[in-house]
Amino acid sequence: MEIVCPAGTPAALRAAVKAGAHTIYCGFADETNARNFPGLNFDREEMREGIAFAHQHGSKVLIAINTFPRAGSEAIWHRAVSDAESCGADAVILADIGLLDYAARNHPGLRRHLSVQAAAANADVVNFYASEFGVKRVVLPRVLSVPEIAAINADTEVETEVFVFGGLCVMAEGRCSLSSYATGRSPNMNGVCSPASHVEYHDEGGVLDAKLGGYTIHRVGKEESAPYPTLCKGCFTAGGKEGHLFEDPVSLNAEKLIPQLDKAGVTALKIEGRQRSRSYVAQVVKNFRAAVDALDAGLPMPEGMLARLSEGGAMTTGAYKKTWR
Amino acid sequence: MELTVGPNQFFWSADRWSSFYDDLAKAPVERVSLGELVCSKRLPFYDDRIPEAISTLVEAGKQVALTSLALVTLKRERKLTAELVEMGVEIEINDLTAISYLPEGAQFSVGPLVNVYNEGTLDWLKRRGAIRVCLPPELPLESVQALAAKGADLGLVIEAWGHGRLPLAISGRCYHARRHGRTKDNCQFACEEDLDGLDVRTQEDKPFLTMNGVQTLSDSYACAVHQIDILRDAGVSALRLSPQSNGFMELCAIYRRVLDGTVTPEQSVNDIIALDSNTRLSDGFLTGARGVDWSGASA
Repeated sequence: MEIVCPAGTPAALRAAVKAGAHTIYCGFADETNARNFPGLNFDREEMREGIAFAHQHGSKVLIAINTFPRAGSEAIWHRAVSDAESCGADAVILADIGLLDYAARNHPGLRRHLSVQAAAANADVVNFYASEFGVKRVVLPRVLSVPEIAAINADTEVETEVFVFGGLCVMAEGRCSLSSYATGRSPNMNGVCSPASHVEYHDEGGVLDAKLGGYTIHRVGKEESAPYPTLCKGCFTAGGKEGHLFEDPVSLNAEKLIPQLDKAGVTALKIEGRQRSRSYVAQVVKNFRAAVDALDAGLPMPEGMLARLSEGGAMTTGAYKKTWR
Repeated sequence: MELTVGPNQFFWSADRWSSFYDDLAKAPVERVSLGELVCSKRLPFYDDRIPEAISTLVEAGKQVALTSLALVTLKRERKLTAELVEMGVEIEINDLTAISYLPEGAQFSVGPLVNVYNEGTLDWLKRRGAIRVCLPPELPLESVQALAAKGADLGLVIEAWGHGRLPLAISGRCYHARRHGRTKDNCQFACEEDLDGLDVRTQEDKPFLTMNGVQTLSDSYACAVHQIDILRDAGVSALRLSPQSNGFMELCAIYRRVLDGTVTPEQSVNDIIALDSNTRLSDGFLTGARGVDWSGASA
């Protein structure tokens, strides 16, 4: 199986390549990609050099252009697709219908992957993206169980890529405007979710409040650490019941499901975390590479290597197990 | 400007559902989109009522469209969606899956849950057979204006979100079931008691979101009365009102009066609040810094 690794910086890209990543994904330093964070991502020259470095070492590079172009400003996104091709990218990862159509018509030789932000969640729509826009691979949304992924692969020739590690969207990706409702900035339009610019911590009388957009979504005692206030992982009350109504502050770890995902026909395993440090990326890549190499050699899976890398240690296999729903 | 009524997003009993559409036949709206948008498990409870509701509305002179599901994952849901296009009624797609079942060249309309953010997307939809597009409620006014202009060039009818709790997210997980310690597959229809969804409050007990099974809505009711003139000038030709359990027919009448210019937007806000004094309004996606913001006087 192919390991697809994040790189938020040229240094992380080189670290991932050296750690054995088959494929790296990254984005330009602007609003065209869904990890548009300060200090992250690649200018055009860095992208060209990064791709050349990866190719010298036998790795591929995918460029995510996976926000939804703003009306009146599509040229910014069109230029990103054109520059991805001239930088030598092995594929672009796109979500927007208009941009897919543009890329298919104007850059037919540039391989197109469908971003998770398009939330293509069944074989019929996957095949539709393939026939309309020549999509060769689809990154599946994190709403599907392993048997549902197998059912999709049984009914399509399009390659599938699934997330196995890192941050976990609870909502169907690309179909969530919780963040812009509370802060005005969203994944679809701005490439950010629950942005740090709208986070405040208030410490009063031994109680620490973590707020996003003025809404307190975590409240802990002074001795505890408050998790980052990501909206869908906040603590809320509904009908007199308090708790993490949408999702606990957990991250995804599907390392134990790798053999099942392989049987389900998945082509590539994706690691989330373009905002992560190069040492984190290198360590995760090494572990997943070891796991897929063991799988290919018919050896047992190495286990539990990644627990300490996850946010606060709490992990889930998410929608891959049907009971998550 | 026309008024469109979007599909009911909540789980209502079959009798409540039927009587809502009987009443709607008499309401001053031009167009109704109905059917199940949110959860395929709800549909068997009222699907036999749909043909009658359609004929009642058509006889009353309304245009009618059937919505597709917002998220199609299961084989059963693929089948349901494929069967929709065989009913001989215009389809409002709310997920691209539905287009894949339409014969090439068949006309359809596009609902607010399809990601239409730019001119290129409108252009592609038009080429595939779209005749009408309700824009996603997240769009700022500048985008609505640009897309309405493009829609006019393409001959597409452009609709904007007018009133109702905002559909903010859809998930594979059912939050109503989770709240009751159940899973989606064993939900026992935990959502059926909440006719307008269940309030989700923050740690300081501020109303914030609304839980509706696999869907998450805003607590506030989006309300575009203050932007009607500017939307009309931009070329938006319809406003969408989203069903609520109380006072909805009067709400339609209020919007009709604003569109006709017989009451001011300010007066209409008072009328809307009078329907339910607990209603919080927002229009921040159109004109504010954030979606929850409201440009009017605070209630």
